[in-house]
This record gives sequence, C-alpha cells and structure tokens, in this order.
Amino acid sequence: MKAAAAILSKDFYSELRTRYALNSLIMFVIVTLSIILFSTAGETVSPSLSAGILWIIIFFAAMSGLSRSFVSEEERGTAMTLQLWVKPSSVLIGKLAFNSLLIYVLNALIIVAYLVTMPSFAVKAPLVFFLTILIGSFGLASASTFIAAIISKANSKGTLYPVLSFPILLPLLISVIDATRLSVEGGSFAEALGDFKIMFSYSVVVTTVAIVLFDFVWRD
Amino acid sequence: MKTWMKIVIGIWIAAVIAIGLAMPIGYIPGLGAKARIIYFHVPMSWLAVLAFFMSMWYGINYLRKKDMRYDIKSAAAAELGFVFSILATITGSIWAKFSWGSFWNWDPRETSIFVLLLIYGAYFALRSALEIEERRASLSAVYSVVAFVTVPFFVFIMPRIMFSLHPGGGGSPAPILNSSGKMYMEASMRYVFYASLIGFTGLYIWLFQIRTKIGLLNYNSLLEND
Repeated sequence: MKAAAAILSKDFYSELRTRYALNSLIMFVIVTLSIILFSTAGETVSPSLSAGILWIIIFFAAMSGLSRSFVSEEERGTAMTLQLWVKPSSVLIGKLAFNSLLIYVLNALIIVAYLVTMPSFAVKAPLVFFLTILIGSFGLASASTFIAAIISKANSKGTLYPVLSFPILLPLLISVIDATRLSVEGGSFAEALGDFKIMFSYSVVVTTVAIVLFDFVWRD
Repeated sequence: MKTWMKIVIGIWIAAVIAIGLAMPIGYIPGLGAKARIIYFHVPMSWLAVLAFFMSMWYGINYLRKKDMRYDIKSAAAAELGFVFSILATITGSIWAKFSWGSFWNWDPRETSIFVLLLIYGAYFALRSALEIEERRASLSAVYSVVAFVTVPFFVFIMPRIMFSLHPGGGGSPAPILNSSGKMYMEASMRYVFYASLIGFTGLYIWLFQIRTKIGLLNYNSLLEND
C-alpha cells in the first residue's frame, strides 16, 4: 500500500513538472467540443443525444490520456526499475489511483465546458448524474489502466489502445450513457438503479481481474 | 481425426441441411417456417461462444505452463470463433430481415454478437502488434481473459434487462432462449436441432485440429530457421 502511494505521488509530481497529460488533454477536449459545436450549430440536439455525445468526448479523452501511465515508463526505460523494486500489484494500484484522479479532474472540466456550451444538456437529476460520473469514471479508469499496461509492450500503441479498450468498456459505456440520459430527462434514482448495478459490478469485476492478471503483463 | 470420421461429418451435415430444409415443422406462433434458421443459426452462435471460451481456456493454460502449444491452440480457437461469429451474424441478419423488416437494428442480441466480433478483431490486432512470441502469447492470453469476463454483461445481463425482439426477450416466442430453461420444440424438430449441433461441433473439432497442426508446423519451422 505504501509502495502504491509512492507510485501515485511519483506520477503526480512528474505530471506537475511537465503538465504533459493535462495540457494536451485540455486542448483535446476543447478541439473535440468545438468540432461538435460546429457540426451541431443551428440544430437542436435532443437531451438523450447530448448524453451520448458527452460520453464520446469522455471516452476519447480517456483514450488519448490514460495510456501514458504505462507507455511513458516503457519509453523512458524506467519500467525495469519498477519491476525490481515494487510488487506488481502496488504498481497497478498506484497507476490506477493516478489515472482515476486524472480522469476525475478531466471529467469535471469536460462537464463544466459541456454544460456551458450545450444548451440542451441540463441535468435534472443531480444525484443520478453525480453517481454516474463517480462510478463510471472509476470503471473507465480501471479498465483502461489495465489495457494501457498490455499495449505498452506492443507496437503501434496509439491505434491499438482504443481498439482494445472499446469492446471491454462497452458494457460500462452503454449503462453510463443510459444513466446520463435518465439524469438529463429527470429520471428517478430507482429507474437508474439497474444501470448503477451494472456499473458497480463491472468496476469490481474488472479491477479484480486486473489485479489478478497484472503479474503476467508486468513480468514477461 | 480419422478419415472415416471426416466422411461421417460431411454426410451428417449434408443430411442435417437436407432434412432441415425439407422436413415439415410444427406451427410455432410468431415464427412459422422461418424457425428453420434454428438448425443453422443457433449452432453457429453456440460454437462462437464455445470457441471463445476455449480460446480463453488455452490462454489460461499458457499462462500457467508457458507452453507455446497452448498459445497456438488459443489462437486457432479464436480464429474459428471469429468465422462462426460472422456466420451467426449473417444468418441472424437474414432472419431479422424477414422477421423484423431490417437487416440490422441494434437489438441487444445484435449488439452482443457485434461486440463479440469487435473483441476478436481487437484480439487479432493485438497479436499482430506483438513481435516476440512469448510476449504475444502471454499478453493475448491476458486480453482474452479480460474480454471473457465482460462478455456475460452482454450475453446474459443486458438482453434480459433491456427489451429485445430476439426470441427469448420481451414476450416474443422462445423455443430455446427462455427463463425456464426448457426447449419448446416438437420432438422431430428437436432431433434435427441436436443432430445439427453435434454435426457442426464435429466440424469445429476437425477445423480446430487442422488449424492447430498448421500452427505447430509453422512454429517448428520458425524454430529450425533460427
């Protein structure tokens, strides 16, 4: 646990020093959002469609940002040092903690920008929306952190990442999009309960499998 | 596999196809003669899922024993599973055209087979992006396990939560996929269905053995050249 916290703080400080991930991700979000605004200019976007678009932005932002956690270790040649000093599970937990933190910050930015620019996206059920983002972002972070560990060993990392992640993330994406749609349409908590169950069980299952299998990915 | 077994499989499947198309079937409400697709579509989906499971099974065995033969088998099962998924998608899509009026309308069942195809596609993309054999074997095995644990969400949970037009979902006639776990088919139809399942499973085993043999020969010649 201590080692995991050390990895989290290492990644946190190296991110503060370079601001590589956050700067490029903010630009990515602005670019994507403006493309969507250009293409929907003058159209009325229905609330359910706007819920889907929000998650498209979040998904691709995560895909362009989260792979760095492991790819940078391989590129800088520091993966070997971590393998020597730290238990594999601590590496995964530390990286997962950092990626969850990153995606929470990022999602907060995306949602604020989206609420400001998309008039049809008005959250009527704040509790449902908040829980969706809370559980959904963690599930997204845990699946994509693990896939990042796999692709960091492969060629053509950038293209492979979304290709591998999408089918794994789809159960989560379908339920978060449905829950977001409900929150925009003013659905009750009870209506979204099925989605929350899927999100929660998905996050638990994927995190568990990731911790069990990470050893094989990390030490090959 | 012995030569006579291959001949038996050939004759068996030919007979299943002929009987399946020619034999009169009892009246099934809402499905009618279109229910004949059961003989072909259901075995294809069954083999797609079986092959997917076998691929993961051999993958886990590779991770435990680090024997390249398991990786070759895992890849062979995945390739066959991909072919059977495509066949299940095509047969289902043709049936959907005549029952629902369109080839594709994102029914939960259609979504789940689509995701299965995506997973296989991603699996092959991952394999081709990894050059070192041991690394390719262990990483693709890990990926197949992760993919397999997310599949139940599609195959079992979502079609039951969401409304589906597929037989077995939302009050449509359900000869096979239903909550009580029984089959509602006439005895004669059931025999042809089982015969078809057995025949196509035999075909799968045959193809799997050929593919494994080719994989092993390739791997051995690779070792000799090094």
